[in-house]
Amino acid sequence: MSFFEKMKKQAAETVKPDEAKKEDVKKSDIKSEVKTEEPKVEAVTESKVDEAKKEASELKVEPAQVAVKSTQKIDDATGKKFAVGIDLGTTHCVLSYADITDVEDEFSQQVMGISQLTSPSIVEEKLQLPSFIYQANDAELPANSIVLPWNQKPDFIVGEIARSLGSKTPIRLVSSAKSWLCHAGVDCKSAILPADAPDEVQKVSPFEATKAYLEHMSSAWLHLHPNAPLSEQDLVLTVPASFDPAARELTVEAARAVGLSHAILLEEPQAALYSWIEQTQGEWRKQAKTGDVILVIDVGGGTTDLSLIAVTEKDGVLDLTRVAVGEHILLGGDNMDLALAYTVKAKIEKDGKRLEPWQIQALTHGCRDAKEKIFSSDVASVPLVVPNRGSSLIDGTLRSELTRDEVNSVLIEGFLPNVPVSERPVSRARAGLQTKGLPYAQDAGITRHLAAFLAKQQNAADDLDGIDLPEGATFLHPTAVLFNGGVFKADALSQRLMDVLNEWLKTENSPEARLLEGADLDLAVARGATYYGFVRKGKGVRIKGGTAAAYYVGIESAMPSVPGMPPEIQALCIAPFGMEEGTKVELPTDEFGLIVGEQVRFRFFSSTTRREDVVGTRLDYWQDDEISELNEIEITLDQEGRRSGEVVAVHLGSAVTEVGTLELQAFSNKDNGHWKIEFDVRN
Amino acid sequence: MDITNYTIDLALKPTTLDAWHVCLAGTSAILAGALILTLLSLVMCMARRKENNAAEPQIKIVEKIVQAEPIIQIVEKIVEVPVERIVEVEKIVQIPAPAPVVLKEANSDAALQLLYLLQNDARFIDFIKEDMGAHSDEDVGMVARVIHEGCNKVLNEHFTFTSIAKENEGDKITLIEGYDAAKVRVTGNIVGNPPFTGTIIHKGWQVTDVRLPSTVQGYNSNVIAPAEVEL
Repeated sequence: MSFFEKMKKQAAETVKPDEAKKEDVKKSDIKSEVKTEEPKVEAVTESKVDEAKKEASELKVEPAQVAVKSTQKIDDATGKKFAVGIDLGTTHCVLSYADITDVEDEFSQQVMGISQLTSPSIVEEKLQLPSFIYQANDAELPANSIVLPWNQKPDFIVGEIARSLGSKTPIRLVSSAKSWLCHAGVDCKSAILPADAPDEVQKVSPFEATKAYLEHMSSAWLHLHPNAPLSEQDLVLTVPASFDPAARELTVEAARAVGLSHAILLEEPQAALYSWIEQTQGEWRKQAKTGDVILVIDVGGGTTDLSLIAVTEKDGVLDLTRVAVGEHILLGGDNMDLALAYTVKAKIEKDGKRLEPWQIQALTHGCRDAKEKIFSSDVASVPLVVPNRGSSLIDGTLRSELTRDEVNSVLIEGFLPNVPVSERPVSRARAGLQTKGLPYAQDAGITRHLAAFLAKQQNAADDLDGIDLPEGATFLHPTAVLFNGGVFKADALSQRLMDVLNEWLKTENSPEARLLEGADLDLAVARGATYYGFVRKGKGVRIKGGTAAAYYVGIESAMPSVPGMPPEIQALCIAPFGMEEGTKVELPTDEFGLIVGEQVRFRFFSSTTRREDVVGTRLDYWQDDEISELNEIEITLDQEGRRSGEVVAVHLGSAVTEVGTLELQAFSNKDNGHWKIEFDVRN
Repeated sequence: MDITNYTIDLALKPTTLDAWHVCLAGTSAILAGALILTLLSLVMCMARRKENNAAEPQIKIVEKIVQAEPIIQIVEKIVEVPVERIVEVEKIVQIPAPAPVVLKEANSDAALQLLYLLQNDARFIDFIKEDMGAHSDEDVGMVARVIHEGCNKVLNEHFTFTSIAKENEGDKITLIEGYDAAKVRVTGNIVGNPPFTGTIIHKGWQVTDVRLPSTVQGYNSNVIAPAEVEL
């Protein structure tokens, strides 16, 4: 037997030079160590066997469960600094990044392919991470089929696999977590999703879901850049402009919970504009001019977000100021596909056929493709085919067609009706027994929402020089439009929106608005966020804006109570409109007596139109559309150093953090004590 | 002569030991011994050959294996035949054989994976396995659109295709000496040496990039589409 050992030795010798090389690699790349550690015995016995076999043995002993063949190179990246932008979308997330180690270098960024499971046991890189979680049944998936290159046992099934499994088993699918974050009336930290799931399905909170998506992207990043964790990069997260302070706070908190405590927030329409600025490569100064009011219309998969950004001049330099943001409208591109599917469904069911849910879903999918075909060519109709689910696909195939007329009437007339600017969204009283769900927009007419927004914000740019509305204007006149969202890839839709807007402008004798060209409709938000990270280094123009609303606490007014009537409420302004990041205000004149150890709750309001209110302004009366109520805020004075039951005189104050969140605080009038006021998420 | 006088009594035993009988007995004893020896050596030889077969790959690597076998040493002492076999084996090792043609075995995993993708995104297997004779052209054509779209999506997502000939089909082309015969196949009137001039019939396809998904260890790639059971 001794000669076996000899042989081993001999073979081992032949392997050695190779080993030495590997040794070198090890030093520079710790990550690859696992691979080079590959069992020597295997290598010895098979040293003379052909390569293919050896490869096979390598695969066999690979300690990581997933044999990753990444199309992206794993970057050593020691000592490098990146600007990273994450678009935390309602339906999918995108991560874009740029090397800013030397900010003097030319800025160039790329979108990261995010490794994710696409079906059990299959890992793929995709530019988008679908924002879904699938809560699988224990017996449902093969054992050990849910692993990621960096995690043998992920807590949640997220990404493409979640979407595809969930499309067939919706009761286990967590979706639209982001919309829930901004939904007043639910506790975003309580496990409520999926909303219609049976008891056995483990539910998660919208907060936890957000955390899971961030965690996934953070790990995917680390996998590609082992020496440059995301927590050490300049990270920008985007949120809808319409997110309230509580939703922004929750987003930042979720990032903090996965170790991304330095993430800062950026509003999505602003990100879209930043992306446009980057893509025009300096040309934007020619396309935009002083006195412009840019209307950003961002129609995502599930939400519509509106913002107005004014262009002014200061010391010969163009300045950008975000002057207004719209309300949170739950209406987006997915609604359009669904609307088309239901149109086709009605057509099929006229013949007495009944469609099953899976067929409607397949139809929705088919309608999306058909719509794109109709918009991008001049065909009159596109056939729609829903093959049978069984292996025999021709039998039982459902067929119909989508015509240009249908697309025009459903999408253009339905979602972008040509209405006068005086029209407002229709809102019906909600049915009494509505199930607990998201407050989807009741009126699908995006143009009506737009009209309401522009009219409401008519005075948004009054304070700025060079922006004047004609006499008798009934709405704010935008001079340029920037679109964002895949919906506007269809020229017919963007053209229609421009036509309607220009008609409104014409009736009030204003010139037509220009369309800002060159925007990347799908990836602009993430790209803009990355560019913002670069801009924050002092490179390029920065959009100013501050808070997009003024905030008020509700105080019971000192009046004799009237039986049967709720006490009158006054709104006390604690944060004015347009408060810039890094500023704080206090209102020392209004004193409150708080009892130590007891929770005190305040009603909390916001207004996106009252720009003139300063801190301390008390409102006795306001119009319904002027001020809207948010979730309550609450404060509990801890007992530390104080007697329970003691009454402490405090005054309130607010600050906008560098991160971009609003912080409310109570300050003791006697000493240095101060307490954070929490945005109430219970309710 | 009366025949009966010559009758041999077989029961008779020689009572005396004459030279003829000694000679006869000796011969038969020698013959029997030789037979036993031959049979024994045959059995040994068979046993050796079996072992040789079993240990073949090792022998190919290092001939010493054979000498280490204790059995062989015994055989060497008794018979010469097995020793001759050892010599043969040594010859195989010593004379370096011409580099064998290595046929690369196709990796079935990747092929199965592609089938999975085609079935999953485009119902490819369902379509091909369908009995086309049972359906009208119209029905087939309708479904073919769906399949075509899905297959195209899969191919574009996972491969980058480019055509090999940059010219159009039907164009004249001249192939200079040393052209890549793997990329361009000439047909028809092939006479003489390059340059060859001819007409492009098919512009050719090549894949410049493959992006197949990774799979988790233990993944059963034989499952192209799991059976679906709706609860």
